Amino acid sequence: MTYIPISPNERDAMLKTVGVKSLDDLFDAIPKKHRFPELDLPPALTEMEAASLLGEMASTNENVREHMISFLGAGAYNHYVPAVVDHMLRRGEFYTAYTPYQPEISQGTLQAIFEYQSLMTNLTGMEVSNASHYDGATATAEAVNLAYAQFRGKRKKIVMSPSVHPQYREVIRTYTQSLGLVEAGDEVSADLEAGPEALMSLTDESTMLVVVQYPDFFGRIHDYTKLIEDAHAKGALVCIVANPTALLMLKTPASMGADIVVGEAQPFGIPLWYGGPYLGFFTTKKSYVHKMAGRLIGETVDNRGQRSYVLTLTAREQHIKRERATSNICSNQGLLALASAVYMSALGKTGLQQVANLCYQKAHYAASELSKIDGFGLCFSEPFFHEFVLCCPKPASEVNAYLLEHGIFGGYDLGKDYPSLENHILMAFTEMNSKQEIDTLVEVLKEME
Amino acid sequence: MNTPTNLKYTKSDEWFDAASGAVGITDFAQSQLSDIVFVELLVEEGEEVTVGKAIASVESVKASAEIYAPASGKVSAVNKGLSDKPETLNSDPFGEGWMIKIEGGTAGDNTMDSTAYEADCAGRAH
Amino acid sequence: MATIMEPTIFELSSPGRTGVTMPASDVPEVALPPKDLLRSEFPLPELAEVDVVRHYMKLSKFNYSVDEGFYPLGSCTMKYNPKINEDTCRLPGFLYTHPLQPIETVQGNLVLMYELQEWLKEISGFAGMTLQPAAGAHGEFTGVLMMAAYHKSRNDSKRTKMLIPDAAHGTNPASAGMLGMSVVTIPSDERGNVDLKALAAACDDTVVGMMLTNPNTLGMFDEHIEEVVALVHKCGGLMYGDGANLNALLGIVRPGDLGFDVMHINLHKTFSVPHGGGGPGSGPVGVSERLLDFLPSPLVGIVEEGDGDDMAPLYGFVTPKHSIGRMKAFHGHFGGGLVRAYTYISMHGPDGLKDISQYAVLNANYLQARLRGTYKIPYDRICMHEFVAEGSFEGSDVRALDIAKRLMDYNFHPPTNYFPLIVHEALMIEPTETENKDTLDRFADALIKIAEEAKTQPELLHNAPHITPFGRMDEVKAARELVLCCWLPENYETLT
Repeated sequence: MTYIPISPNERDAMLKTVGVKSLDDLFDAIPKKHRFPELDLPPALTEMEAASLLGEMASTNENVREHMISFLGAGAYNHYVPAVVDHMLRRGEFYTAYTPYQPEISQGTLQAIFEYQSLMTNLTGMEVSNASHYDGATATAEAVNLAYAQFRGKRKKIVMSPSVHPQYREVIRTYTQSLGLVEAGDEVSADLEAGPEALMSLTDESTMLVVVQYPDFFGRIHDYTKLIEDAHAKGALVCIVANPTALLMLKTPASMGADIVVGEAQPFGIPLWYGGPYLGFFTTKKSYVHKMAGRLIGETVDNRGQRSYVLTLTAREQHIKRERATSNICSNQGLLALASAVYMSALGKTGLQQVANLCYQKAHYAASELSKIDGFGLCFSEPFFHEFVLCCPKPASEVNAYLLEHGIFGGYDLGKDYPSLENHILMAFTEMNSKQEIDTLVEVLKEME
Repeated sequence: MNTPTNLKYTKSDEWFDAASGAVGITDFAQSQLSDIVFVELLVEEGEEVTVGKAIASVESVKASAEIYAPASGKVSAVNKGLSDKPETLNSDPFGEGWMIKIEGGTAGDNTMDSTAYEADCAGRAH
Repeated sequence: MATIMEPTIFELSSPGRTGVTMPASDVPEVALPPKDLLRSEFPLPELAEVDVVRHYMKLSKFNYSVDEGFYPLGSCTMKYNPKINEDTCRLPGFLYTHPLQPIETVQGNLVLMYELQEWLKEISGFAGMTLQPAAGAHGEFTGVLMMAAYHKSRNDSKRTKMLIPDAAHGTNPASAGMLGMSVVTIPSDERGNVDLKALAAACDDTVVGMMLTNPNTLGMFDEHIEEVVALVHKCGGLMYGDGANLNALLGIVRPGDLGFDVMHINLHKTFSVPHGGGGPGSGPVGVSERLLDFLPSPLVGIVEEGDGDDMAPLYGFVTPKHSIGRMKAFHGHFGGGLVRAYTYISMHGPDGLKDISQYAVLNANYLQARLRGTYKIPYDRICMHEFVAEGSFEGSDVRALDIAKRLMDYNFHPPTNYFPLIVHEALMIEPTETENKDTLDRFADALIKIAEEAKTQPELLHNAPHITPFGRMDEVKAARELVLCCWLPENYETLT
């Protein structure tokens, strides 16, 4: 009865008003043979006991702040989250509110998400941002849905770079398995050294969307301008999956001509949390806004002449358009969009540029030191931001196991997704990695047999 | 409610002008949808359409609707300007708000005249 | 020019102001990438931390929330969000674990996920459970993909029709639409049940299955649920349960026992994960025996058995044989969803869970009884956790919308309105179990008073709300002018 604020006397009075004798009498509509099953669950804990149990479970983990040195990235990044972010998230006014369907009493959420939309458009250079998706992978899948809807199913080919995050490509396949799409570009045999131009020969008049990543899964920075020009000449759209931290330093996808820019905004104020919940951002051109899935907030005025905000273009969405909607998405990641807005505001222009520069500097220091070790080297020669592929003298799984013994998460074993990269580790660096940590990594690897 | 007598109507609120081949949505439809903010024409010039094929998608502030061909034939023109000015469907549904033309098109068996259509609308309004 | 209650974060920005700063670099400096790869402008705000805090504090006060008051949104289950959940989900061991860490180093997380899978299976009566889906709609999509995969695996390619009752949530047809299925709408009968005749007529060998919310969005438990399930199964279809209304069924009945084949569970409704102003949610999906092999990958499983003594089993990831694939990156909404739900279930146990549903149903029936006579209740029988009233009166032009807005003046959040579509001027009211009798009485009193006002002072309702910081919005202007962000990139020059 922990959270049920009704006394036995009140209960009896209420039952009387309803006109039944007992609580059980409220359930006569339920087939008798299945009514009131005995659930085999552990007995209830008090709050004190639950806090202790959860504390124990959490402490069983080796975490990347208290126990381990970590160079894991591959789509989830260990960044510093300023204290102010969580203090704002813990406001009950924000986290215990529902979707802002009643704008008169939801302006807090509405303005915050409107500002989030604005921050994301400024970051990517695009014209429109929605109120967010579940994560970067599903945002990318929604880009495919947009393109499919835009061409009304008349174009069915999707060209995907093999250097788009493997899990994102997997999610696209799951999402589109019944659409009968033709896929090209990311076959197991694909040449991983090839630049974006390789995708041009695969793009044709039946292509609806080209998907690339920036920086790509291997950390490489490509300029996609030519690829996009080529795709546009063939009438196809281009989606760039971008890392928001990298966008603090690198030219915007919009300036390359991208039609859709999506990605994972977890690096902006959201803890690693073992993979979720995160924040998929989705930005595009204004001309595609009606085909875009997800909630959208627009500016307006109220009947007192005050500037205010509402959910807009809602007739695109499932609750009105039902089976004809581009997507069935209903919720967004509201609270985490707020987190990223607070993160960007609290660090501001100066702090954010510092974060980007620190990521870049640490990764380049690490790359240069690691390359000096016999048998190790950088796999690719293109410029990179804060992630790169380290080529090792033996299988990545063995190197990682060795590093683990020394309290280090070495990085992501690329052999799992790319058979030709069995000896390669994808390593990520952020402001959280000190020089000392990097030096430790180098020292430990030097002694590997 | 405006219901020109020279047009044919469908139960799903499209009108068809046999003389010009023009197709659009009725005054009743636009008032039910209220403020229309988006129109997408789903057919192109030269395309063959048959009765009942979706020819346009319309979204208002509160609702969405598919618009179906009230006649069969070849699409001879589409009102390209409509997507920039969806509000035309509210202000002038039988004029500037025409959607496509099916020249020489044959009206479907399910079409009715203005009197029958008005009666149908009256039956649907609360 | 519109009055501005709170400037945007961009308007508050002042060039040169700094907030949180980062430490100096401790590594030798290297050159940045070539200039043609760098961005030239940087249109982001510049504020001090205190500016940021005051801004968001001010915004927070424009929100109504469960922590502030009664929030009876039908089908949304706006129950109280226990504060302990906020602490447990932020334990460092959960916050700072990377999704790609070796499984040996995250056994705490994996045990939690495994046990939660098992608990949800037990509560819902299903044979398998995935925790991956990010929200209810995402769970529905997962479920419908599995239904399609099941028929495909049997080379049963004729099946393209999804049966969906007229009272269904919009996500149901949209989920089926995402797979290109055609939707057949099944009407409800006069008692708010699925119309069995219409259902029987629609059942044939082209049916993928039926998506049913039970209790449905009228708050009615289908009195012929076993016949409904039997009809769908008989024609070879699968039963999908929309678990949005599971808060009525904990310890009352298990959907799996009723014959459902697949169902999503909204952890953010039933299991107290906060709604967060629109998300994140969490939508695990349970399946019956015959869909086990199609579950998304990966699932949490035991990868090395323990010896039942000192050595604990090793938990890790497993892939079902004919998995539909991955629904999102990584492993579901672990921190924000699964840890909170685990905490909540652990504090309830079997009896506590049953209490939740019994009191949720009691509260709804109590409110229904109090409003009967003042508001028309079109489907008037014992309801489950919610019920639907009509927000209109004979001879009055007051509509459900006006009543909803007027409730704000009494400091209540309005119920869901204009849904389900089959009720004229619907007001859909779900009080949840976490409200006391006084609150319910005050809410009923307010609604009764509003009904009186509708007769005597209808203008008061048409123009409501009056005491909130903001009045009704111009939604047409928003949709026509489409101002979707402030400070567009192209305006940057002029604004600095």
